[in-house]
Amino acid sequence: MLFQAVFRRVLIGIVTLLVVSIIIFIGTSLLPGDVAEIILGQMATPESLAALRIKLGMDHPPHIRYLMWLGDLLTGDLGMSKAGSGAGTIGTEISVMIAPRLMNTLRLSGMVAIISIPMAMMLGLLASMYPGSRIDRIITFSTLSIISVPDFLVAMILVMIFAVQLGWLPSIAYMSGNETGWQLIRALLMPTLTLVTIVSAQIIRMTRATILNIMSSPYIEMAILKGVPRKRIILRHSLLNTIGPIVNVIALNMAWLIGGVVIVETVFAYPGLAKLMIDGVQTRDLPLVQACAMIFCATYVVLILIADMASIISNPRLRHPK
Amino acid sequence: MPEQESEATMETSFQELPDAPPRRRIRFSLSGKIGIFLVLFWVLMIFIGPSISPYNEADFLDESLFIVPGGDEYPDTDYQPPSKVALLGTDYLGRDTLSRILYGARTTIGISFAATLIAYLLGVTLGIAAAVGSEWLDMCLSRFNDAFLSIPTIMMGLVVIAAVGSTIPILVIMTGFIYATSVFRVARSLGQDVMVSDFVEAAKVRGEGLWWIITREILPNIVMPLATDFGLRFVWIILFISALSFLGLGVQPPMSDWGSMVKENLGGLPYGSIAPLMPSLAIASLTISINLIVDDISAHSGGKLSNKMI
Repeated sequence: MLFQAVFRRVLIGIVTLLVVSIIIFIGTSLLPGDVAEIILGQMATPESLAALRIKLGMDHPPHIRYLMWLGDLLTGDLGMSKAGSGAGTIGTEISVMIAPRLMNTLRLSGMVAIISIPMAMMLGLLASMYPGSRIDRIITFSTLSIISVPDFLVAMILVMIFAVQLGWLPSIAYMSGNETGWQLIRALLMPTLTLVTIVSAQIIRMTRATILNIMSSPYIEMAILKGVPRKRIILRHSLLNTIGPIVNVIALNMAWLIGGVVIVETVFAYPGLAKLMIDGVQTRDLPLVQACAMIFCATYVVLILIADMASIISNPRLRHPK
Repeated sequence: MPEQESEATMETSFQELPDAPPRRRIRFSLSGKIGIFLVLFWVLMIFIGPSISPYNEADFLDESLFIVPGGDEYPDTDYQPPSKVALLGTDYLGRDTLSRILYGARTTIGISFAATLIAYLLGVTLGIAAAVGSEWLDMCLSRFNDAFLSIPTIMMGLVVIAAVGSTIPILVIMTGFIYATSVFRVARSLGQDVMVSDFVEAAKVRGEGLWWIITREILPNIVMPLATDFGLRFVWIILFISALSFLGLGVQPPMSDWGSMVKENLGGLPYGSIAPLMPSLAIASLTISINLIVDDISAHSGGKLSNKMI
């Protein structure tokens, strides 16, 4: 039964990704101008364009082209970017452009995850342990403020404090690629700090809400009536039942990190994947935007899938779909 | 109750009962009142902002304004700290930050509000259609909606802007469509809850039409939770539009909009200029206020609401 339920979710995930790829393909093929024009650039004549289009398989109808694009994507061929394409020269290969950027983004989000998940869960637990107390009110109010202001404001306030007033850290995170050890950490510190603040606020709120929700269920009431001390109720009765929902919360927030990364990489000029995509949007480099969007959406869908599976595994009732 | 007047016993026993449950009055807490005050302030600024602002949004302030009596050289006009001439300082081109914020209120709030309205019109219409319609219609709409929901909003926005460019109508319609997906979910689940209730059953048995049921039974029962959700959705749309503008893909210059003002002046940040900080504080004051009001209202209409919104 468990296997079936998990299989069902994986299938839904794959279908979702296919739909996402269709949406992205349609969205980006609306634009006038195609790869043939990009490759030929100034040297385009109607004859050479037509010849190249046939060579690239662009004379096929849209659904065939979509399948071809999808096939390339699945075999790791992300296509050619407009960047660097001039008179007669073919643009840069996207996979070459993406690889180092993806590493940078993964490094950043990995650091954020390592720091924020344990910290945020502790704080969320703390807040839910004493609801209505002063510490809970402080935590609730500050997290509400953090999630309701723009991400870039959080980034700017941190820059104001740590880079301008105290002068401890650089205000941009430029990396040439040969930084080692301390330099690397220094460059990463500000973006990490910003994302940790934003993501932690989300996790804290959701952890607190989840635990309080479970605390209002009948079996906890029973434990209270039995006279079990509050700490023991949380640690022994409710914590195990919150693991599923909390893994869910964490996966959702890691997925949400994608949006935050876009802003934070821009503020700190951090050379990650999101920054590459924004540059692609600004120069209307569609193959590049397609590839980046697919990577981000795939990450998102996979994370949501993990969240789903965590809740299935932790809650046997979800194993039997109605 | 005119029908019951003939029966005296009935009248006495029913007179105790009011026609409708007493209206629950919402008493706002202090934070809610502060929220209302700030929201009203910004609404007022939409209308009178440009007429009370000290300069025009596009005016470059003259150097002579900044001459210090004792000093002998002309100072730079860009990134000036707050002074009597420019209450909140100047931006990277030497324009008055305060004036630009006052002008920008109209753009930022106007675009976000229009987008929220579109999201609601579309989301609520389709959501209720899915709730009252056939199972097949519900299935189609929901699956379609789920696929769109599985794309992060910012990615969706970036792909659309990459494809069709960024003008204000496109921005409004695109944001409306993107957020209609989440409104659809809320409206559908609220509508389904009401659809299975006894009074809708009774109305159906009475032979009321679908339109009557939608307008007289469903809508009045879901309008309050939807109103609260409208507030939250509005906040997210403001943040979304500001984020796009901040990335340089939203409102385009020379119009002033809070998000793009932050972007323009980001270069002043390492020098400690407050020019990028002020517009983001304006956004924050609005979004935090709306959240405070929504918190107050939902505390009075039962906490269950928050579960539906995720």
